[in-house]
Amino acid sequence: MATLEIHDLHVTVDTENGVKEILRGVDLTVKAGETHAIMGPNGSGKSTLAYSIAGHPKYTVTGGTVTLDGADVLAMTVDQRARAGLFLAMQYPVEVPGVTVSNFLRTAKTAIDGQAPKLRSWVKDMKAAMAELRMDPAFAERNVNEGFSGGEKKRHEILQMEMLHPKLAILDETDSGLDVDALKVVSEGVNRVAASGDVGVLLITHYTRILRYIQPDFVHVFIDGRIVEEGGPELADRLENEGYDRFVKVEA
Amino acid sequence: MTVTQETAPPSPGTQRPGEQAHTDSATAFVPDQSRAERKTSYDVADFAIPGGREEDWRFTPVDRIGGLFQVEPTDESRLTLDISAPQGVEISEAKAGDRMFGSVLRPADRASAAAWAGAEKATLVTIPNEVELGEPVSITITGSSVVGRRPPRINGHLIVDVGRFSKATVVLTHKGSAECAANVELRVGEGADLTFVTVQEWDDDAIHLAQNDALVGRDAKLKHITITLGGKVVRVCTNVRYAGPGGFAEAIGVYFADAGQHQEHRLFVDHEAPSCVSNVEYKGALQGDSAHTVWIGDVLIRASAEGTSTYELNRNLILTDGARADSVPNLEIETGEIIGAGHASATGRFDDEQLFYLQSRGISADEARRLVVRGFFAGIVNRIGVAGVQEHLMAAIDAELSLSMGPASI
Repeated sequence: MATLEIHDLHVTVDTENGVKEILRGVDLTVKAGETHAIMGPNGSGKSTLAYSIAGHPKYTVTGGTVTLDGADVLAMTVDQRARAGLFLAMQYPVEVPGVTVSNFLRTAKTAIDGQAPKLRSWVKDMKAAMAELRMDPAFAERNVNEGFSGGEKKRHEILQMEMLHPKLAILDETDSGLDVDALKVVSEGVNRVAASGDVGVLLITHYTRILRYIQPDFVHVFIDGRIVEEGGPELADRLENEGYDRFVKVEA
Repeated sequence: MTVTQETAPPSPGTQRPGEQAHTDSATAFVPDQSRAERKTSYDVADFAIPGGREEDWRFTPVDRIGGLFQVEPTDESRLTLDISAPQGVEISEAKAGDRMFGSVLRPADRASAAAWAGAEKATLVTIPNEVELGEPVSITITGSSVVGRRPPRINGHLIVDVGRFSKATVVLTHKGSAECAANVELRVGEGADLTFVTVQEWDDDAIHLAQNDALVGRDAKLKHITITLGGKVVRVCTNVRYAGPGGFAEAIGVYFADAGQHQEHRLFVDHEAPSCVSNVEYKGALQGDSAHTVWIGDVLIRASAEGTSTYELNRNLILTDGARADSVPNLEIETGEIIGAGHASATGRFDDEQLFYLQSRGISADEARRLVVRGFFAGIVNRIGVAGVQEHLMAAIDAELSLSMGPASI
């Protein structure tokens, strides 16, 4: 069973005003079969955590460790991390002109599995996954994220997660900008992946809305670059009613 | 009438400092004259040897191409000319005084005039009236140099004459090593349809200065395709005119410059006849130190050219530091009675966010670059419409990418 362990993670970013520390000692363990929600106000560093785990070059890790089943994630390149089983569903997926969704997904699957998928079952699986996400089959022949609506981009991220079978999936504000229908479709996709029992899910969100559709096992409150409170699903309910003021005031 | 000057940067959030999305002729420099006034002459003496400050030579490394400004005979012993043509095509030689010789092209610069003076005879490809060719006409020019010596001089002169209501594809390929100055005349008869492809796959030491002039007949269609991959200095000037109303001209270019290469493409579409269409799209990638590409897109809509529709597009993708792409679209409009006129130009760097996105799906950095570059070219390569050329070009682009990133893993 896969385990992601983050210990005392410190991360900085270069800004116009010099180096700024964003993550200030994050400790978190996510195991396969668990769904964790990280909640926090804007600017608290939630997305930085997601992108640091994925290896975005903008962020510099200055301390701490991240391991996946004991392997040093921080020593890996971005693509090695993905091949090790990490997946990041992005808040703002980028366009890749001239590269179709089907070509992109097949290339990614081949890279992750180390061999090309069997064509017949691959096409069948992809059609089924797209149908579940209420995506038109013609979608496969469109260029990656080019001209996609916000909802289409997020469905496409979930489609990738379902087809690539990661050990640990991080979803960075996948709920933002979605209407209720799209939110339900996307949540069902996450629940299908979580229900398999062999994937750990780390759900990063600003709002509690998505937690009506995805039941987290653990809720972590993220303030100013670290986790300040942890609990079960009931913590999300409390945040829904009280907001983050209580924590922000403590920090002040 | 719509006149658009579109600046088309990449998607939001991907533009970065140092990226130049648009060079507008009106602000970058003031042309000394209208394109209509540019000199043309068959006499080499009418053109001074360019020093590099002239408007039409200011991007070109004239110090590296001096030999081609002089009149010299072709070194026939080092030139191979291979022609294959399907039935129905006549291949012959034309000399000064023959009907087709000089019927379309007048040299517009010193190199073209020198080529004209150096080539006593032209290769004439005649497609008679009302013939549809099933296969392309293929012409391959190969130069072979002697080790330790300057590449051999070649003066090229090709004339393609497509009779009315005929349909043909002609592919001209340049290979090997040469210092080549060349003129190409394309006459597309009334209602005819010509696809002409010029491929520059020279060796690294080749120099090639070409002028391609096309005359598009009434209701005729021309697709002019330029593919430049090889050579040290390659400069192809393509000029399109219309013999009557209803003409349609498409000019497509694909180029890939490596370290030390200079690739220059100059387009001039001269709209004089009414109700004609021109559509120019050139896309190039650059990699390596001092790789340099130049694209000039001049369009002139004369007062008589009412009902004109024209659009020009140039996109450059810079893959590594040290490369430079110049892109200058120019639009001169002398009548307001047109359907549309616009241009767009953008030069972008390889996008780190795209790289991260693809890598985060397990795709290696090299493979990600390959995907992005193939994607960049995919649309325009599909527009070529000549199957053999498209496949060859995609394979050549893959080979170019292998230079900087090793062979494809998938």
